[in-house]
Amino acid sequence: MFTGFIEGLRKSGVPVSITEHLSLLGAMEAGVADYSVEDFYFLARSALVKDERWFDRFDRVFAQHFKGLEAVAGEDLTAELPEEWLRKLAEKTLSPEEMAAIEALGGFDKLMETLKKRLEEQKERHQGGSKWIGTAGTSPFGAYGYNPEGVRIGQHESRHRRAVKVWDRREFRDLDDGVELNTRSLKLALRKLRRFAREGAAEELNLDGTIRATAENAGTLDLKFAPERRNAMKVLLFLDVGGSMDDHVKASEELFSAARSEFKHLEYFYFHNCVYEGVWKSNARRRTEQTPTLEVLRTFGPDYRLIFVGDAAMSPYEIVQPGGAVEHWNAESGQAWVERLTGHFRRVAWLNPTPEPAWSYSQSTAILRQLLEQRMYPMTLDGLERMTRALSR
Amino acid sequence: MPFASTDKYIASRDLEVSVNAAVKLQRPLLVKGEPGTGKTVLAQEVAAALGMPLIEWHIKSTTKAQQGLYEYDAVSRLRDGQLGDPRVHDVANYIVHGKLWEAFTSETPTVVLIDEIDKADIEFPNDLLLELDRMQFYVYETRETIVARQRPVVIITSNNEKELPDAFLRRCFFHYIRFPDRETMEKIVATHYPDIKASLAREALNVFFKIRELPGLKKKPATSELLDWLKLLMIEDLSPDVLRSDDAKLVIPPLHGALLKNEQDISLFERLVFMSRRG
Repeated sequence: MFTGFIEGLRKSGVPVSITEHLSLLGAMEAGVADYSVEDFYFLARSALVKDERWFDRFDRVFAQHFKGLEAVAGEDLTAELPEEWLRKLAEKTLSPEEMAAIEALGGFDKLMETLKKRLEEQKERHQGGSKWIGTAGTSPFGAYGYNPEGVRIGQHESRHRRAVKVWDRREFRDLDDGVELNTRSLKLALRKLRRFAREGAAEELNLDGTIRATAENAGTLDLKFAPERRNAMKVLLFLDVGGSMDDHVKASEELFSAARSEFKHLEYFYFHNCVYEGVWKSNARRRTEQTPTLEVLRTFGPDYRLIFVGDAAMSPYEIVQPGGAVEHWNAESGQAWVERLTGHFRRVAWLNPTPEPAWSYSQSTAILRQLLEQRMYPMTLDGLERMTRALSR
Repeated sequence: MPFASTDKYIASRDLEVSVNAAVKLQRPLLVKGEPGTGKTVLAQEVAAALGMPLIEWHIKSTTKAQQGLYEYDAVSRLRDGQLGDPRVHDVANYIVHGKLWEAFTSETPTVVLIDEIDKADIEFPNDLLLELDRMQFYVYETRETIVARQRPVVIITSNNEKELPDAFLRRCFFHYIRFPDRETMEKIVATHYPDIKASLAREALNVFFKIRELPGLKKKPATSELLDWLKLLMIEDLSPDVLRSDDAKLVIPPLHGALLKNEQDISLFERLVFMSRRG
């Protein structure tokens, strides 16, 4: 019954399974949402979507799939408008220039007045164009068109005094995981990295186990041991500072504060643009108190996960050329250092705060991506998840 | 009887649909939302609306799934064994029933609240999959299977601290409680304090929503904080004018503690109020 809808959801990336489809059908059969589109929308959302970050995508697919259901004209303004006028046929896509070219008509009252006049003048169904009321046009009246001061007639829902349907409101846009992160969501994502593992030799007396074993032995003492439980994940954070990273300072700071509270073993160092022979812990004393990168390699074992955070935007020479660094003379190229680091720490990733589609415009990003064997991830919830998955392998 | 808003609890239409779907299909309902938006209260209201007793199971970080089913009290048995108590011969004497056992064997259908499931270990929801799906479990010590007489209505709340496993989610209905808008909030206030002065409620809501919009607050006040605060204001019999004033000295004392629970937040608020006065 809703196969197309389910397919659409899956295509847009909402994880929906047969179980959920069946439970939706079951609920429909049980009559949970009879006779009301809105109830059906709520029910479908409750049954199919299990995480608020998918709500926005769900809304979009729902709007697209069930367009016909809500194509009823509003009552107060457009009681005389035949419904078929407003049946959406095609949504006209306008180029930004065209959009800019559209002149807003004036204040709201003026719009209403003009609308009334047009309604009187207009006698037939209309689509497209820039004056008459209909669908997909650029007149301020009608639906699915574009005009900065538009009145949406086709989607108008007068009884509730709302201009748009629930699913058209897209209130959950902020929860979509494509958007930028705040500290909390970062923490959530990083928590994935945190993995409790029992490792090493038996160390702790397992009191519960001992009591149980002793009781089961009818009172003969039987000592049980268990390995100490500890947070086994060790993380080394390399943060890019200064230069083009200034725009992303806030995001990086948040990542840092989130990371600090999540891991028991977390070490961090700063670098500028690309890693060379020295990194530093305090930005104010970057000139005087550098830690040699070789020392970092010696101090931290390969069990550390190395995460670079940086926008990877620089001149390609800063990576491939000895002496290419912007701040000092480097005897060895950045590439050599990155390769040394990725060779030592096998589980390495690069977090990039710039949006993923923009990466292809920067040559240095492409080089670094290649050096990291494509393990570069955008600094979004989704990117962090992919990163943690790659790192916890 | 379907679940609907009561005179004590305002439920949005989408919440009603979710609850009714979960009750009809006898599936667990997973409720998420900002802290303080009434997730736990929801279970109490559902139980009241359906006329069923509520069994609450509050989850802590150390809670194991097994504890919800039953526990074998080996220590008592050991002690009894050494004292020569005849009870020791029957292992069933040492099986301590958990919350789900209680719900499964109850004479009447019940509502089970599994509160803050995300507090527990990551594997916790997985360990309960089969039990919640089939509503039965096996007791190894006594070799018996406990089957639910009536499938209880299960409501699970989560604060989003951990992600729940897909297999678990697939079996649930899901509802995300959004922060109520002004209109709903007015209704909520009215149901809780029917005899509050209208002017006080209006001013208080103004302040409340203004505070929620402050950028950089560590903990945004939510519904439960608002209700506590209003109670405080009513006890103090504060005049609405005080809330309207921009004087930090006047405004901050009634806010302290009830709405803002964090020293940094209070200082941020002070700074902003001060700035707006100068500007």
